[in-house]
Amino acid sequence: MSKSNFTRRGLLRTGAAAGAGLAMPTIFTGAAWSGSHGGFTNAPTGSTVTLGFNVPQSGPYADEGADELRAYMLAVEHLNGEGDGGMLNTFSSKTLDGTGILGKKVEYVTGDTQTKSDAARASARSMIEKDGAIMITGGSSSGVAVAVQGLCQEAGIIFMAGLTHSNDTTGKDRKANGFRHFFNSYMSGAALAPVLAKAYGTDRKAYHLTADYNWGYTTEEAIRAATEAMGWETVNTVKTPLTQTDFSSYIAPVLQSDADVLVLNHYGGNMVNSLTNAVQFGLRDRIVNGKQFEIVVPLYSRLMAKGAGANVKGIFGSTNWHWSLQDEGSKAFVKSFGTKYGFPPSQAAHTCYVQTLLYADAVQRAGSFNPCAVVEALEGFEFDGLGNGPTLYRADDHQCFKDVLVVKGKENPSSEFDLLEIVEITPVEQVTYPPDHPQFAGGDLGTCNPGA
Amino acid sequence: MFGLNRRDTRFLLIVIALTLLTPFILQPFPEGSALAQFNAGYPDLMQRIAIFGIFAIGFNILFGLTGYLSFGHAAFLGVGSYAVVWMYKLLDYNVLPGLVLAIVTSGLFALAIGYLSLRRSGIYFSILTLAFAQMSFNLAYSVLTPITNGETGLQVYTSDPQILLGENEPNVPHLFGLAMNESYKLELGGWVFTFNVGYYFTAVIAILAFYLSLRIFRSPFGMMLRAVKSNQTRLHYTGVNPRPYTLAAFVISGMYAGLAGGLLAAMDPLAGAERMQWTESGAVVIMTILGGAGTLMGPVLGAGFIKYLEKIFSKINENILEGWFAFLPEGMREVVVWVLSRFTGEGWALTLGLMFMLVVIFLPGGLMEGGRRIAALFRRRPETGKDDSAPGGAPAE
Amino acid sequence: MDAILLQILNGLDKGSAYALIALGLTLIFGTLGVVNFAHGAMFMIGAFCAVTLQRLLSLSYVTIDESRTDFLGNPLKIRTPYVESWFGPEAGQAIIDWSVPLAIVFAIPVMVGLGFLMERGLIRHFYKRPHADQILVTFGLAIVLQEIVKFFFGANPIPTPAPEAFSGSFDFGVLLGFEPNSIIYPYWRMIYFVFALIIIGAVFAFLRFTTFGMVVRAGMVDRETVGLLGIDIDRRFTVMFGIAAAVAGLAGVMYTPINAPNFHMGMDFLVLSFVVVVVGGMGSLPGGVLAGFLLGILESFASMSQVIDLLPGINQIIIFLVAIVVLLVRPRGLMGRKGVMEE
Repeated sequence: MSKSNFTRRGLLRTGAAAGAGLAMPTIFTGAAWSGSHGGFTNAPTGSTVTLGFNVPQSGPYADEGADELRAYMLAVEHLNGEGDGGMLNTFSSKTLDGTGILGKKVEYVTGDTQTKSDAARASARSMIEKDGAIMITGGSSSGVAVAVQGLCQEAGIIFMAGLTHSNDTTGKDRKANGFRHFFNSYMSGAALAPVLAKAYGTDRKAYHLTADYNWGYTTEEAIRAATEAMGWETVNTVKTPLTQTDFSSYIAPVLQSDADVLVLNHYGGNMVNSLTNAVQFGLRDRIVNGKQFEIVVPLYSRLMAKGAGANVKGIFGSTNWHWSLQDEGSKAFVKSFGTKYGFPPSQAAHTCYVQTLLYADAVQRAGSFNPCAVVEALEGFEFDGLGNGPTLYRADDHQCFKDVLVVKGKENPSSEFDLLEIVEITPVEQVTYPPDHPQFAGGDLGTCNPGA
Repeated sequence: MFGLNRRDTRFLLIVIALTLLTPFILQPFPEGSALAQFNAGYPDLMQRIAIFGIFAIGFNILFGLTGYLSFGHAAFLGVGSYAVVWMYKLLDYNVLPGLVLAIVTSGLFALAIGYLSLRRSGIYFSILTLAFAQMSFNLAYSVLTPITNGETGLQVYTSDPQILLGENEPNVPHLFGLAMNESYKLELGGWVFTFNVGYYFTAVIAILAFYLSLRIFRSPFGMMLRAVKSNQTRLHYTGVNPRPYTLAAFVISGMYAGLAGGLLAAMDPLAGAERMQWTESGAVVIMTILGGAGTLMGPVLGAGFIKYLEKIFSKINENILEGWFAFLPEGMREVVVWVLSRFTGEGWALTLGLMFMLVVIFLPGGLMEGGRRIAALFRRRPETGKDDSAPGGAPAE
Repeated sequence: MDAILLQILNGLDKGSAYALIALGLTLIFGTLGVVNFAHGAMFMIGAFCAVTLQRLLSLSYVTIDESRTDFLGNPLKIRTPYVESWFGPEAGQAIIDWSVPLAIVFAIPVMVGLGFLMERGLIRHFYKRPHADQILVTFGLAIVLQEIVKFFFGANPIPTPAPEAFSGSFDFGVLLGFEPNSIIYPYWRMIYFVFALIIIGAVFAFLRFTTFGMVVRAGMVDRETVGLLGIDIDRRFTVMFGIAAAVAGLAGVMYTPINAPNFHMGMDFLVLSFVVVVVGGMGSLPGGVLAGFLLGILESFASMSQVIDLLPGINQIIIFLVAIVVLLVRPRGLMGRKGVMEE
């Protein structure tokens, strides 16, 4: 740089110009987060209200995102009184009457999270700043959910989480403006462990392969704690990179250990590949310590299980909801979704649909779109008829408490959708934990933020 | 003025005017009209275009002038973001300390990586920088979670020390009390224009960054860098060691990237690890080439073009298309909507890919080339390069 | 000891995928001087050739079974593949079962054709353009190809298992005198390794022992002189591009049983394959292959929990770390030629 022709004079002039530039924005003052008519961010003024559906449309979870979007469009239809009404007919709260929300027609905007926290926040911000969305919902990973939830808290918008399973979403990173209907790692552990103990015995040695990021950590912790409480021993835990595609070098050492159960704390593409590789290495045909070797996948997704093909047969896991449930709510939802799109909905679709209804109902009951009123209406809200049995939106952490499904890969699927069978519906009492449970420690809801 | 000749001064003034008037320029359609979907004058996108403009301007100092193609600049972007969020966590929400730290740390980071990588040239240099950045990303996403908060992204918790936090201080990023997310809305007829504090903050920094890069391009130092690009061997023969010059360029562009990363966190207080991934490094390379490498304005145009396409096209869903073509008869409407929806909404990436190909096939030299051709059409006289970098404006290698 | 043996096997297996991709990439990148960011997409298209064939073979007609119902309560539609009704259920099943090996035959013409098309229609106009332009246009192409595949096949991975006959594992341990079941290795992965060696050998033999290969090698060293001798080097380069695409495609076809293919698998391999090629050294085919196996083996060792416990996170960065060390110690990678892509 020594040869550049910067002069002291030139620099001084430049500095002055910069100072003038910096001072200029102060002449603009105004409310934060645009559009503050009703004392809160994006208060709807016209005859419509806009919801923001923020789902992955590119990247590995695009199919899951597409299914979420289908569910959202269905929910909007039902809220506006079109279609067959779906779960509105079975929902225990009867305030929604098909005339939109508080008489305003529901409109929506969509955006792509790309399954990246940055892109998801940018997309959510554009919905809030450009389109005046009053609520943001969706997503297919915990990183995104936590990031967008934080944004909504700052902006004074309600966030209804989509598919997010990490404990942190309603644990360490819980926020007053954020709500989660989906279950979490702890619940998976609490529901799975007794079933596993019953099926495989209490004297088992487990080997964990864990995706090396936040969700993986909480799931490993939860499953470990729950299975060790049943008497299992954890012989090894190995973290695998997110970008790993071939898991052979992680699977092979399992052959060398004396473990007789392999727990795959993987989701999505990681799960498909690690499970496929484990089966390739003949793990399921092994006999160790005189026992049949078993594989467990804590969080199942039917869409992803499809990618693993025949490898999922007989493998235990947990899921938030499954279309084969026979309660009235589930049947109504499967019927209207299936009639409209030609195939049954995924658990991601279900949780997104339910979250939209829950939000709409809360607004209706509160009589206001004000986020603080909505928070108050949702906190401690007990409901039924939305597919998971009686459910509580707990006030302490904004987590839904409901039954959890333990499922198993079906041996003889009758169709391409019929991949999982329900082994047990674990009652809600068994998966309930105190809000300050160590796996959820360090969180602080804060106070609701209406923005503006 | 400003130590520039007349032409450059005029150029700079035009850039300043364009930057400050962006809230008008990006909001050409009245609110509520069908075309309002194409409006981009909302704070997040305007901020992002300015920030990635800074990133690309800095990248161009290295790539456009010296021809060294770094594939690891995203690492500096990430470092800058983490620096700012850590300052939020430790001090308070004032963005200034963080931005200073962002520039310093990314500069040091760039010095270390540049020192090693610049021992090689060509593709070997590119892969070295790529390797350093990917290592940073992989570690930040996994084992460095205590420092980076991994997958979730680094953010501020109420339990953080924040030792400087005052009583009435806003708990959003601010500059001495002026919150970055404050906006003033101006309604004029059917139009709504948003003037956002954060945007003007980044815009002023972007103008300064642009001015600095203009000075570098015109300085003897810039000449030296161009010499590195055209013929290193000859440079050696004349007894000049080009390494310090290229290293200086690398560090400067790394600091630009760090500043851009810091600004991202200043606008939105979260630092995601994905910011360090190779796709982000690739994005800045592509912005620069798409706009026109080696030109001053090109990289900014490229950044704006890509961010606009990504954010606006991804939001045009079938529902909106249906609305636009409601006047068509049913069968035809379905066909039109189906075809168009392949390119918008979830198909936005396809449009992006096609745009890359079309631009590079038909406009060698990037968008700047397109601008020049259009300008030439109107002027009907030999183009003197109103907004070009002057000598050596040709596409860089 | 047996653990180390297993990881060497894993390394060779991973390495063969890397080496195959690097081989194709070096043919284009290290010899024609084109930075082809669409090479990963070629690998992906190859894999989807297998998926397509599987789909084609499973084309079915629908019969309605009134006695059973689907999830909506409508009569169940039963799909029967045409091949089953033509050749009988068992032979039909066997044909579908063998769709991956059959896809090799299917993929070669498709990939060579695609390679020709790409070279003639696009890449040849970019030989004289800066590398930066090549990156932009091939990256754009990669995105377009990827999106097209996503449109037809969705974003989820699609299971394409190996034929039933290859589904088990081979017990190496017994051969070497270890206990049974201590060192076993899946048949298909061994096949992949052998297949890779055959392809690599064939490409080398082709370049070494045929006149065509000799001309291409000469063209790699000095394109102008070869052109001055009156040899139509361009046509040969087109053929080389086709071969490179076919190599990438076959690597993809054979990879499908190892991991279910999805539309972005090419991007996952893209960065890695460039690292492999450059570590091997620009313009050197043996270098690329060697680097592929080397990185595969080192990656496998780095993922052993004993190693991770010692150096946390090493499995995350090993490939890049090795690349940095190699490139700093050896200026042109393992076997790179002077002056190739150094400007």
